[in-house]
Amino acid sequence: MKQEYTVTVYTENQVGLLNRIAIIFSRRKINIESLNTSPSEIEGIHRFTIVINEIEDVVRKLVRQIEKQVDVLKAYFNTNDQIVWQELALYKVPTDEIAEKVKVERLLREHGARAVVIRKDYTIFETSGHREETDKLISVLEPFGLIEFVRSARVAIIKESAGFHLKLREFEQAEPSEEAVENEYLDQGKDVFVM
Amino acid sequence: MAGGLRSKIIVMETIELKPATETKKEPTTTISGSEAVLNAMIAEGVQTIFGYPGGAIMPIYDALYDYSTRLNHILVRHEQGGIHAAQGFARSSGKTGVVFATSGPGATNLVTGLADAMIDSTPLVCITGQVFAHLLGTDAFQETDVINITTPVTKWNYQVTDATEIPTVLAKAFYIAKTGRPGPVLIDITKNAQIQQFEYNGYTPCTHIRSYRPKPVVRKKYIEEAAKLINEAERPFVIFGQGVILGKAEKEFKAFIEKAGIPSAWTILGLSALPSDHPLNTGMLGMHGNYGPNVLTNECDVLIAVGMRFDDRVTGRLDKYAKQAKVIHLDIDPSEIDKNVKTTVPVWGDCKETLPMLTALLEQKMYPQWLQRFKDCTQKEEEEVIREELNPSGDILTMGEVINTLNEITKGDAIIVTDVGQHQMVACRYAKFNKSKSNVTSGGLGTMGFALPAAIGAKFGAPERDVIAIIGDGGFQMTIQELGTIMQSNVNVKIIILNNRFLGMVRQWQQLFNERRYSFVDIQSPDFVAVAKGYRIEGKMVSERKDLKGALQEMLTHPGAYLLEIMVGKENNVFPMVPQGCGVSEIRLK
Ligand SMILES: Cc1ncc(C[n+]2csc(CCOP(=O)(O)OP(=O)(O)O)c2C)c(N)n1
Repeated sequence: MKQEYTVTVYTENQVGLLNRIAIIFSRRKINIESLNTSPSEIEGIHRFTIVINEIEDVVRKLVRQIEKQVDVLKAYFNTNDQIVWQELALYKVPTDEIAEKVKVERLLREHGARAVVIRKDYTIFETSGHREETDKLISVLEPFGLIEFVRSARVAIIKESAGFHLKLREFEQAEPSEEAVENEYLDQGKDVFVM
Repeated sequence: MAGGLRSKIIVMETIELKPATETKKEPTTTISGSEAVLNAMIAEGVQTIFGYPGGAIMPIYDALYDYSTRLNHILVRHEQGGIHAAQGFARSSGKTGVVFATSGPGATNLVTGLADAMIDSTPLVCITGQVFAHLLGTDAFQETDVINITTPVTKWNYQVTDATEIPTVLAKAFYIAKTGRPGPVLIDITKNAQIQQFEYNGYTPCTHIRSYRPKPVVRKKYIEEAAKLINEAERPFVIFGQGVILGKAEKEFKAFIEKAGIPSAWTILGLSALPSDHPLNTGMLGMHGNYGPNVLTNECDVLIAVGMRFDDRVTGRLDKYAKQAKVIHLDIDPSEIDKNVKTTVPVWGDCKETLPMLTALLEQKMYPQWLQRFKDCTQKEEEEVIREELNPSGDILTMGEVINTLNEITKGDAIIVTDVGQHQMVACRYAKFNKSKSNVTSGGLGTMGFALPAAIGAKFGAPERDVIAIIGDGGFQMTIQELGTIMQSNVNVKIIILNNRFLGMVRQWQQLFNERRYSFVDIQSPDFVAVAKGYRIEGKMVSERKDLKGALQEMLTHPGAYLLEIMVGKENNVFPMVPQGCGVSEIRLK
């Protein structure tokens, strides 16, 4: 069954790597729903967060192809219940409309939003949350002449993860231990060994 | 200036011609990026470079002028020829092939070879020149975005814009190309970096990259599980690919199958890893492979895949492939495990390591009845296909009898380089091999035009051996210009054109599946022998059986390159055949 998966990739900071990772999806005609690159908990190591809608078998294969890239340290994939995630959204609305017709305060409170800029001509609100939450505020603001809307890619934290510090230390050694070079497949032997 | 040059030479002389040596660290000298590139080549033990100059790589070529006693540069006639030659070199020598090309068209001409090397796991380091860094992105003369064009077809690529990066980047390039599952690496060097003088501290080979783990840790648990499955098997079957050759594990592989007594079959890239006459060698897998290995894939109880990737040309329809069998997959590349065929026990690792570990746990066994099944199949194929192909009743020569006659003369000692098409399948089916690294062909990409340049490279990779290229009349015309390279560099390769006056393989499909609608497969050829003579290469054409053996002998004893055009049946087909969309056991004998 297709569902949302979040792929987390720890990489070296290398020009061209974004393309190398992106074409793993496009080559198989798989749409990337959202893609974020950012620093990670470790200086110099980048973290990609990629959201796709696919079946698990396909995601597993994609993740292995990603991990195969020379500049990729490690890639994980998770379903939504295994992560905590947020997206950031910005909304620009005419200030007079808002000030006149809406109880701004209530609106902000109900949607966990805050005003980032208030000018005579327009106001920019910001909120973060899951897709449905940021979507809801669009529909609330639309009647008041929403001028612009933009939403960021998903950023996600894996609930079970202990971070990448220890793993990196292993990788820096010439002979990493079994745990460091674990492979999704090999670690789930009993689940996967079905014919 | 003269002093500078002298001290450079002193540094160079400390370099030995063995792979990946560290150069002397002191004294620090100032050299150009171009010289650093060439120093890296020497430190990595490179002796032969295939290349073609041009504006953006001129500084490297200028430096090469001074290195010509230590680096042998072969001027090819087209960059595609250059990269296929480097592939041939890598395949026959087991070393990394090196290519130089200029920016823009020079670099784009490499793309087919990169794709070919990528899919066939061939270690290459390609150096391309690039426009000055300040011109990047300006649509400058001969500027192409080579890094992005080649990303999908390289194991790794990198653009150098500063000369100080060159020693470490090239060290990484050689390390990545050769380790783990090998593959092509491309380094694009802007012209300013080639010219730039910098403080050179010698060359340190790369031995570790933290984000790259080429050598998986072997897990005992899976070795044990695999051994148990094999020991309990009643009809085990081994299928092997190029992994055995790339892992230099031919001996380990032989010991493994001999102890376990398991019949074995090869993919076309695995061909020659096991001698043709080995009693457990049951032949070729896949679309035009042998009858037994295909049919019995669907009857074995344990299928042991070694260094192969279950290509669709090997498996046919996946949902009809070895469904009854437990599958053990030995591969160095974890992304291959479960990619096409679900594995029961994955043995992730270098087969040079995993095979002996597995062998140690195996019981000495034989499966006479099971092996007899293969022999029975061979007998059937012999009667229905092979006999007529090798000893035709008609007057017209067949491709099979040419290969068979060639076997009689070479005794299986030659390197056979094939192009793509019917002649390739026939050569792989019938050529005999005693030694590994003797079969050079474009397997994964199926690149017509591969053979002629690859044969040139194969000869440089194994100069002491006979190299025979077997090419179709179509494919020969795709890289025919490399006759110029053969002429200029005196490359002693033997070229056999199997001329059926058709794009034979496509014609076969049109005959079998498109009701003989021969759409644009009727290809005309020049007088090949005259063309060869134009390049001062000896040659001959034969079309009669009585002349065949003599002509082959003459070709092989001729002191230099030789082209032998052999006229074969126009509408012969290659059988057996697993038609596309069918399972392997639906293989057709006619
Ligand atoms: C570059 C390239 N273009 C097209 C093809 C498709 N193709 C595969 S086999 C073949 C026919 C080859 O004809 P020829 O070289 O005469 O060899 P034959 O099959 O007759 O032995 C063609 C056109 C290919 N493999 N490679």
